[in-house]
This record gives sequence, C-alpha cells and structure tokens, in this order.
Amino acid sequence: MYQIVRKKVFSPTLKLMDVQAPDVARNVKAGQFVILRMDEMGERIPLTVADYDREAGTITIIFQEVGYSTMALGKLEAGDYLLDFVGPLGEPTDVQNFGKVVCVGGGVGIAPIFPIARALKEAGNEVISIIGARNKDLLFWEEEMRAVSDRLYVATDDGSYGRQGFVTDILKEIIEQEKVDRVWGIGPLVMMRAVSEVTRPSGIKTIVSMNPIMVDGTGMCGACRISVGNETKFACVDGPEFDGHLVDWQLAIRRSQMYKDEEKRAMAKGQCGGGCGCH
Amino acid sequence: MPLIKDKTPMPAQDAKARIKNFNEVALGYSEEDALKEAERCIQCKKPGCRQGCPVQVNIPEFIARIKEKDFIGAANSIKEYNNLPAICGRVCPQENQCEKYCVVGKKGDPVAIGRLERFVADYAMANDSAKPQRIPSNGKKVAVVGSGPAGLTCAADLRKMGYEVTVFEALHVPGGVLMYGIPEFRLPKAVVQKEIDTLRDLGVEIKVNSVIGKIETVNQLLEQGYDAVFIGTGAGLPYFMNIPGENYNGVYSANEFLTRVNLMKGYLFPEYATPVKVGRRVAVCGAGNVAMDAARTALRLGAEEVYIVYRRSKAEIPARHEELEHALEEGVQLVLLTSPVEILGNEEGWVTGMKCIRYELGEPDESGRRKPIPVEGSEFVMDVDTVIMAIGQGPNPLVPTTTEGLATTKRGNIVADEETGQTSLEGVFAGGDIVTGAATVILAMGAGKKAAQAIDAYLKQKSNGN
Ligand SMILES: Cc1cc2nc3c(=O)[nH]c(=O)nc-3n(C[C@H](O)[C@H](O)[C@H](O)COP(=O)(O)OP(=O)(O)OC[C@H]3O[C@@H](n4cnc5c(N)ncnc54)[C@H](O)[C@@H]3O)c2cc1C
Ligand SMILES: Cc1cc2nc3c(=O)[nH]c(=O)nc-3n(C[C@H](O)[C@H](O)[C@H](O)COP(=O)(O)OP(=O)(O)OC[C@H]3O[C@@H](n4cnc5c(N)ncnc54)[C@H](O)[C@@H]3O)c2cc1C
Ligand code: SF4
Ligand code: FES
Repeated sequence: MYQIVRKKVFSPTLKLMDVQAPDVARNVKAGQFVILRMDEMGERIPLTVADYDREAGTITIIFQEVGYSTMALGKLEAGDYLLDFVGPLGEPTDVQNFGKVVCVGGGVGIAPIFPIARALKEAGNEVISIIGARNKDLLFWEEEMRAVSDRLYVATDDGSYGRQGFVTDILKEIIEQEKVDRVWGIGPLVMMRAVSEVTRPSGIKTIVSMNPIMVDGTGMCGACRISVGNETKFACVDGPEFDGHLVDWQLAIRRSQMYKDEEKRAMAKGQCGGGCGCH
Repeated sequence: MPLIKDKTPMPAQDAKARIKNFNEVALGYSEEDALKEAERCIQCKKPGCRQGCPVQVNIPEFIARIKEKDFIGAANSIKEYNNLPAICGRVCPQENQCEKYCVVGKKGDPVAIGRLERFVADYAMANDSAKPQRIPSNGKKVAVVGSGPAGLTCAADLRKMGYEVTVFEALHVPGGVLMYGIPEFRLPKAVVQKEIDTLRDLGVEIKVNSVIGKIETVNQLLEQGYDAVFIGTGAGLPYFMNIPGENYNGVYSANEFLTRVNLMKGYLFPEYATPVKVGRRVAVCGAGNVAMDAARTALRLGAEEVYIVYRRSKAEIPARHEELEHALEEGVQLVLLTSPVEILGNEEGWVTGMKCIRYELGEPDESGRRKPIPVEGSEFVMDVDTVIMAIGQGPNPLVPTTTEGLATTKRGNIVADEETGQTSLEGVFAGGDIVTGAATVILAMGAGKKAAQAIDAYLKQKSNGN
C-alpha cells in the first residue's frame, strides 16, 4: 500500500498528491510516468511524474479530473492509501545541452514539463518556458516554473491571467525572433499537435509526451499503440516522448475516444454511488 | 480384467448456459468418476506416460494412490514433481504429452491422466489443510523476475532447498499468463491464487508492482546482495500483422482483450472500472489457445457471431483439442484457409469490416506442415466490427534491453542453456517463454525446475570455492 502524504487542491478539478513510494523515487527520471490503482475495483491510471523527492521517498502527481477514475482519485485525502503504484515507467527524457530550448506546458501538462525544464536547465540549456491554461484557476506552479527557467511566459485562453491567447501564439513569436534548438510540448493532444505544427515549418525538433489509453504500461497489451513516422510504437515502452512532427495525430485523437460511451456509463454509476441498482 | 476402451467423460456446464457466464466449463471428476478412470491404468513397469511428462510426474504411482482412495497421498506424490497440479490438470496439453504415450491409448482412449491430476489437486485443496513445513533459511538470497509458471516453480523449489527467495512481478497480481491471459472459465483465478498462497506459506516473498529494468536492473540486483537471479519474464509482447487499418478502434491484441477481462474484470464493468468493448461480430485472427480463449470470451461478453480466422486447415489448428471442441460447442465459427489483408474502418476510425484472402495448402515446409499459399483474386470482406489479433507473442524486451552483457537471439529471446538455464551472465539464469518463445505452462515449469537445480549447484560450488 502506498500512502498519500500530501494533497493540494489547485482547483475543483485539478489536484496534486505526494505519494510515499520509495522504490519508484529511487530511480525515477524526468519524463517517466507511474500507473496507480486506487482499490480492488479500480482502473490502472497512468500519470506522469511531476516531481520527486528521493530522500523522502515520495512522488508528486498532478491530475485533472476528467472521468470516473480520476474523480474518485480526487476524493482521496492525505493519509489515505493507494493499492498499487508502479513505476518508474517509460523512457526518461533525453536530456543534453542542446543550447536554447523552449518548454511548453498546457493545462495539466505543466506538471510533466516541470521536471523536464529543470533537468534541461541543470544540463546547461537556456530554458524558455511557456505555460498556459483555459483560465487562471487552472494555472499552477508558475513560481516553480519560473525558478527553473531563464524566461517564463504565461497565457490563458480567456485572458483572466497573463497574456490572452494560446501558448502556441507565444511560441510562434519566440521562434520568429530567436534561434531555438529544441522544443518540448506537453498538454492535451490538440495542444501538442498545435505546438508541432508551429515548429514544423522551421524544422525545430519538437518532443511531445503522448498519453494514449494504457492497461499494463509494460509493453504487454498494445493498447497504447500510436503511429510515429508510419511505424506502430507502444507509447508505454517506446515513449511516452516522441518526435511531434512524426506523430499521426488524427489516429491518436481517434484512439483516445475509444471508450467514450463506456466512460459515460461509469460516470452515471459514480453519480448515484453505484449501490442503488438504478443502472 | 476387461479393458474399458473409452475414457470416463468429464461433466461440463451445458454450452447454452455457459456462454452466459464466466464460471468454469469443465466441472471435474467426482470421486466415483476418478476411481473408475484410475482402474483403466494398468500400472506399466516402464510407463511411457511418465517419459512424456516434461517434469516426469510419477504417474503410475499417483494413480495407484487413487485406486487405494488415498487422494491426499496421490496429491503429495504429484507435488514432488509439480508445484502447480491444479493448474496443470486444467491447462496442460495432455494429448501431446503423457496421454500420447499411454499404452492403453493404443487400443482405445488413453487414461485421462490430466483429469485425474485435476481431481486429486482439487481434492487436496479442499481437504488438506496441512500447511507446508517452512524450511529454515540457508542465508543465501535469490531474486526471481516474473511470477508466471516458470518463476513460481523456480521460486518454490529454491525455497524448499533453503534459499531466501524474492519474486518481482510487474503487474499488481502474481501468476503471469495464468492470471491475466487464461480466462476464468478455463482456469478459475481462485485456483491460481491458492497455489500462490501455498508458495507464500513456504516463505517465498512476492513483490508486485515491481518492473525489473525500471525499478532496478538485473545487474543492480546482483550488486545489491542477491546471489543469483532467475529471469522468467515470459512472451508478453503482442505481435500484430502490420496490415493497413490495424490501429482502428475495435482492433485489440488478444493480450489487451484478455487482460481487460481477466485481470481487470472488465466483464463486471462498470462495477469494476476498466471497460472492455466487444461488438456484434468479432473476428479472432489465429487458432492457438490464445485465440480460442479470446473467441470464447467475446461470446461471453455478448457478441452475436464470433469467427476464428485461420490460414491453414482444421487439422493444423494448434489449440488444445478440448478447447477447440468447447469453442465449437459454444458456437464459435471457423473460417479456415483465410487470412486478413486489411482492416476497414469508418470516418471516426471504427472497424467496419475485414478484407481477407483465401489460402490453399501446398507442399510441406521446413516445419513439416503444408505451406499455405494465397489464392490470387480471392479477396472478400468479412462483415465484422471487432478484430482480435491472436497471432503470437514475442519476448518482453524490458529485461533483455536493460541487462548489460545478457546475450539474446535475433528475435530477442534470452540465450540460456536448455538443461540449466544458465545465461551469458554469471549468476543469471532464465527459463520459460522468454527463452523458448511462446510455449506451454508445463514447459515453463520444467525450465524453472531445472534452473532451480542449477542455481543450487552454482551457489554450492561458489561457496565451496571461497
Ligand atoms: C503516460 C501518461 C501520462 C499521463 N499523465 C497525466 C498527468 O500527469 N495528469 C493527468 O491529469 N492526466 C495524465 N494522463 C491522462 C490520465 O491517465 C487520464 O486522464 C485518466 O486515465 C482518465 O481516467 P478517468 O477514468 O478519470 O477518465 P475516463 O472516464 O476514462 O476518460 C475521460 C477522458 O480521458 C480520456 N482517457 C481515458 N483514459 C485515458 C488514458 N489512460 N490516457 C489518456 N486519456 C485517457 C478519454 O478518452 C476521455 O476523453 C496521462 C496518461 C498517460 C498515458
Ligand atoms: C491466453 C493464453 C492461453 C494459454 N493457454 C495455455 C494452455 O491452455 N496450456 C498451456 O500449457 N499453455 C497455455 N498458454 C501458454 C502459457 O500460459 C505460457 O507458455 C506460460 O505462461 C509461460 O510461462 P512463463 O513463466 O515463461 O511466463 P508468463 O506466464 O508470461 O509470466 C511472465 C511474468 O513476468 C512478468 N514480467 C514481465 N516482465 C517483467 C519485468 N521486467 N519485471 C517483473 N516482472 C515482469 C509478467 O508480468 C508476467 O507476470 C496460454 C497463453 C496465453 C497467453
Ligand atoms: S502409460 Fe497409461 S496405463 Fe501405463 S502407467 Fe501410464 S497411465 Fe497407466
Ligand atoms: S499499455 Fe500495454 S503495451 Fe503499452
């Protein structure tokens, strides 16, 4: 069992937890993820590692409540336990001194971009970060990001904080004005696709972190397959990071919709508590 | 004594009823059935059956115990050679092993050794509450990677010799394919669980949620104080056919489909949170045990039509006879001499059909089987909305790619000595599907057993040398 030692609520649907998992904390690197299960009946939920503390043996996760399982997870409090917590999974980010890099985090994607930006900074890069969200309430870790970046830009879709607009608007301006050696973009699929489209004409290598539906996370089931450069890859073991210019976005978006109807059923159960027999 | 030509039938759930539930299909012998069947064994002096058993269970002896109604004694006799009798009694391909060499089989049906094994194992589980004796530790530690039949067997044997054994398992439950692959209706999970509990009673430590290669490498395990490592990580990498449309929604690997159902209890969705989707018309590509399991599972999830699409003819079907028969009884349909060439889909990316081509059988190839040759111009479209790929699995690359100095074959299997499991690395042994490629439960167990012997010999020699 893995104890939740801290919980922080950013907004009603956006939450942070520190989980006691010393075996994972010992070897984890930026870019990797974990899979957790709340209880016997729970789904295996993949979440990127947002931060870690090797000494305390904790892993930080930040998640958006989008469906039945993440909502149930959001109800847990510090002191509660998770049944399973496996990791670190996936390949770590390829961290080198590339020169000048831009790290773009959209929505909950700010969480996974943070350790990557930090590692890139430590490796000697000049790090420019752009973070954005739909509105001010969904924005978090501005100070944390500022601390690991040479420059930080903030955008909100509705203009409730920072600049009004998309993170890609800012990215476009930057790459028009200065020479950038590499870009990371993490966030919702459509945002990562947009980031890749912005950098495609100038050919700046752009890394995205794919989050397809997963089951085992060890390369056993093939659920997480995506197409990169016309080759099928398993995101859990070959990724989750890939070259955004080579990803088949349409396929990735379609596959993420696979269980839409089932999710509605699970949500309906969640709302009435499930014990009522009404479904 | 007159020879009874036919084997005692095993009661089974009626086909119409059973496709609506996940309960076990074959119900097992009663005491009476078992005694009747045991009588058919003529207690050969040179028993062919035993030679045909990959772990050399003393078959005439355990059958003799049954005749004496000493069922617990029979179970203990099997357990001297086989730690997982309730599992083997259910899933071993006996027709190609012990039963194939049974003398009685020359004039009629062979003795139903598998069914008898299952009977005594179940009897002992229900009636023998004696906990195994805990062997004191000899102070040496062995790490076992993977908790499938290979790893579990190796762990149990080493613990019985006094080693401290830790099993590392990537998933949240131990058991490997026995838990995530083979369905409940063929191998109840409670049976596997009980066998695993017995290992825990012996003092084997099992750490779930531990992916070796990620949490720690094999080399690190050795550096950190394990005296030897056994790798039994199986053939968990699903193969796809690399045909167009294979990533449409509604195309599953058999592994994903079965894992959602068996490990995550998708058939109880939404009570259990993991969904599984099965359409009205399902094509399963392949005809091994995995394909049969996927097809029968799809039926139970409510599919109206389920097809097994196979390149060769019925005679070449690699699945166990009993499973094929059960599948046909349940209404699974065979589409033989046929192979998919493309999966068709709609705008939203959902499967709408499968384009296939017909095959005919030519001359026998290296494998001795007649080679399937595509018939030109014979393409046709099958009207299906779900496709399950069950065309085989390769070695899971996580351990091979993270273990420095570990030799592998071109296909990625670990190179290990057949008799000892010794790999190219000192102190590292391997066995089961990760070495042989996808095979059987009993062969994986046999490999685990041999490796346990070899690890014992290696560690004894090492401490004598020092
Ligand atoms: C490697 C990886 C890292 C991730 N990191 C984070 C993270 O740091 N923070 C975070 O909030 N989310 C992250 N996700 C997404 C997160 O796993 C899903 O949001 C979650 O599993 C949805 O579960 P649910 O039952 O609440 O929602 P559901 O009801 O299952 O689904 C709601 C929506 O999410 C989509 N979805 C369902 N399952 C997944 C899945 N496994 N991955 C992606 N989308 C899915 C559905 O298509 C649907 O649109 C990550 C996913 C992966 C694969
Ligand atoms: C659906 C299906 C039906 C089958 N039916 C039959 C049958 O009827 N009869 C029969 O004899 N055989 C059958 N087989 C084959 C049989 O199950 C396998 O040959 C056997 O399980 C192989 O055993 P193993 O111990 O080598 O590996 P597995 O059973 O595959 O176990 C390997 C274990 O290692 C774990 N693992 C992998 N990588 C790591 C890692 N890096 N760290 C930690 N753990 C790891 C896996 O999670 C898994 O639990 C079937 C197989 C399938 C898939
Ligand atoms: S070969 Fe057949 S008859 Fe002979 S001992 Fe074995 S099971 Fe009995
Ligand atoms: S999640 Fe199963 S292979 Fe990636």
